[in-house]
Amino acid sequence: MTNHWFRRVLPIALWQLKQDRVRIPVWIMSFLAVTLTTVTLFESLYPSAEDRMQLAHSVVNPAITALLGPAYGVDNYDVGAILAHQMLLFTAVVVAVMSILIVTRHTREGEEEGRAELISSLPVGRLSNLVSTLLVQFIVYAILSLFIGLALVSINIPSVTIEGSFLYGAALGVTGFFFAAVTAVMAQLSETARGTMGLSFAVLLTFYLIRAIGDVSYEPLSWFSPLGWMLESRVFVENNWWMIVLVFGVAVLIGMFAMYLNAIRDIGAGLLPSKSGKPHASKWLKSPLGFTIRMQRTSIIAWSIGMFVFGATYGSVLVETDTYVAEIEIMAQMLGEDLGTGIELIEQFIVMLGVIISIAATIPMILSVYRLSKEEKNNRIEQVAATALSRRKLLGSYVVTALIVSLLVMGSAAFGMALAGTLTLDELAFSTAFNAIIVYLPATWIMIGLAALFVGLGKFKGLTWLYLGYAFIVVYLGGILEFPSWMKSLSPYELVPGLPVEEMNWSALFSLLMIFVALIIMSLQVYSKRDLKG
Amino acid sequence: MSVLETQGITKRFGEVEALKGVDLNVGKGEVLGFIGPNGAGKSTTIRVLLGIIKANSGEAKIFGQDVWKDAVELHKRMAYVPGDVNLWPNLTGGQVIDYFISLRGAQVNKERKLELVERFQLDPTKKCGTYSKGNRQKVALIAAFAAEADLYILDEPTSGLDPLMERVFQQCVIEAKERGSSVLLSSHILSEVEKLCDHVAIIRDGAVIESGSLTELRHLTRTHLYIETKASVDLSDELGVFEWKQEKDGYSFQVDSDSLSSVMKKVSEHGLLKVESAPPTLEDLFMRHYETGGDNS
Repeated sequence: MTNHWFRRVLPIALWQLKQDRVRIPVWIMSFLAVTLTTVTLFESLYPSAEDRMQLAHSVVNPAITALLGPAYGVDNYDVGAILAHQMLLFTAVVVAVMSILIVTRHTREGEEEGRAELISSLPVGRLSNLVSTLLVQFIVYAILSLFIGLALVSINIPSVTIEGSFLYGAALGVTGFFFAAVTAVMAQLSETARGTMGLSFAVLLTFYLIRAIGDVSYEPLSWFSPLGWMLESRVFVENNWWMIVLVFGVAVLIGMFAMYLNAIRDIGAGLLPSKSGKPHASKWLKSPLGFTIRMQRTSIIAWSIGMFVFGATYGSVLVETDTYVAEIEIMAQMLGEDLGTGIELIEQFIVMLGVIISIAATIPMILSVYRLSKEEKNNRIEQVAATALSRRKLLGSYVVTALIVSLLVMGSAAFGMALAGTLTLDELAFSTAFNAIIVYLPATWIMIGLAALFVGLGKFKGLTWLYLGYAFIVVYLGGILEFPSWMKSLSPYELVPGLPVEEMNWSALFSLLMIFVALIIMSLQVYSKRDLKG
Repeated sequence: MSVLETQGITKRFGEVEALKGVDLNVGKGEVLGFIGPNGAGKSTTIRVLLGIIKANSGEAKIFGQDVWKDAVELHKRMAYVPGDVNLWPNLTGGQVIDYFISLRGAQVNKERKLELVERFQLDPTKKCGTYSKGNRQKVALIAAFAAEADLYILDEPTSGLDPLMERVFQQCVIEAKERGSSVLLSSHILSEVEKLCDHVAIIRDGAVIESGSLTELRHLTRTHLYIETKASVDLSDELGVFEWKQEKDGYSFQVDSDSLSSVMKKVSEHGLLKVESAPPTLEDLFMRHYETGGDNS
């Protein structure tokens, strides 16, 4: 009977490990690197108990609690407590993402692509693949927990206790295993790999939000989220191992439920009725612009949320500017020589954040334009170009989409920073923080124009990224390396007036706009003149 | 008047000369079979005709307009089906069909679309990501035939279809022809070309080496014969006789059209018991051009 269900679990497990022989070690190494870097950074940033108390004072606010979870042990905010508060939830969410990606690959993706059918035709048990996947995940997360624990112990910081270190690792590992089990269930429900991932990410997001709302406003609510249980272990402060056992126990139950679901369904089928789509296209979808936006909808939403969180994270630490600038020499150098104090210093900091956030927000805009070359690479352009749609309109609809992306991502980043900034800092006006980011829009459009030009040419696409990298280096290292001013002025971001410190300069923005228009005209021209590749 | 006419179009990709002078001609209401092996330049020619790539020299006109300069205007009256249909995995087949029709500047005629969906047995509510190659091809075919076009350019459109669906496709082409539309059909399936096409153009190494009506072309080639005779006979060295093969009760061979009467005279001397003749298939025509090397180019 067992043979019937579980035959050949081990060979399949080994086979899966072999497929992931690069992927999994890279993930684990990254988690180790991030954890070790941050903990040593905290140690050097806040050497004295006073520094840490000051930090503790500034992090107890709703914005931080919603993002990172409640702060435990603030009355004795040592490096251990800081690590657990600032890093545990974030890292755990990324571990969950890793888990969702890997488990989807080995379950539904294999089934969708027909690999599972091939395996099932061999004398293997009906549940062998799923059991192997969960077994592999268990081993992987056991190793991750152990390594994180050992690494934390090895750096020898008194407040990072041995027990706490291993609990920290276990908290990460158990979250990974929990979402492995969740993904295993979703793989039984959905018919496609995309669907499996979508459902699993939705569960992750829901648990994160439940915890965020619970932690901020109504604590019992957090008990409805495994992320809440995991944080209840209060690593380095109280070390509640039982919470980890609870998460693990529920994960095992979920895993067993996945096996039950797997046993009662046909291979290739999903338990949720596959949502049949619309047989007709809406009026909106039938237009090239509507179509282009629709194809990028998910990533536009994701980037907007991401940039909002990015902005909000920086906005919520504005209140800490003094500490950062005082403690990190590089930061002072980046800001330049005439450092102010108080709100003046904060405004200087805001100017720098404005550039950096704008540069980050430019990434989705370039990606948005580059989608058109991806269409060409995937051989989908030929059929579109064979219709009565002109090349100008085709490229034009991608440029317009990228402009919409620019408004959305810059808007959400600016809104996030202004909102979190004004919530934590009384002297800051909403418009000051908002405008500091939004003023960079014309600079980001230069990048859209360049991206369009290279799509038009069909080559040199890497140059846009190089140029963006250059702009970043000018901001990041320009102050330290004392770049000459002409080198700075090659970056469009440097031409934008740094609000609120500098005066508004409409003519500079207008020149950028003109360059953008020129780039677009050129790109439309070259795009309609070249051979399409596919 | 020609609907499609090209004269000596050439196309170079770097050092490679993909097209070395392609001449094609499709009349109104005519179906032209465009055949040739992989890499001969069929798809490159079609992409020139669609204004996706620009010919280095030569002239290519559709409805009397230049295929490159007037591409957008021309495409309103054309429909194209590629051999390798790549679609957007997160949209349904129905949505993609509507998108293509709208891009051609036509209105979506729901009745016509549903009729074709029915005939091709496609589930238009499924996401394209779940479609097989054949189903993706059906999407492109339905989009092409759901709105009438004056010229259909079809590049190996049936390579993923089952025989039943191939038949539906053939009916669609015949209906289009009856409406007076012209079709350029590039294909590997010679039986399909034989069934549908009035004219055939054979391309090899970037040049059209043979073109004309099927009857004309047949004349250029050999007839298959099977004979049974009283006395044994050996004509393997006879002029115009090819692939002489002794079978169980008789002989099978091929004869050049020109030598037919002299060969038959010889055969009858041996006491002819039975004769079966088959007209040359397109495959023979095709093979003759490819196997014998450059004797026609």
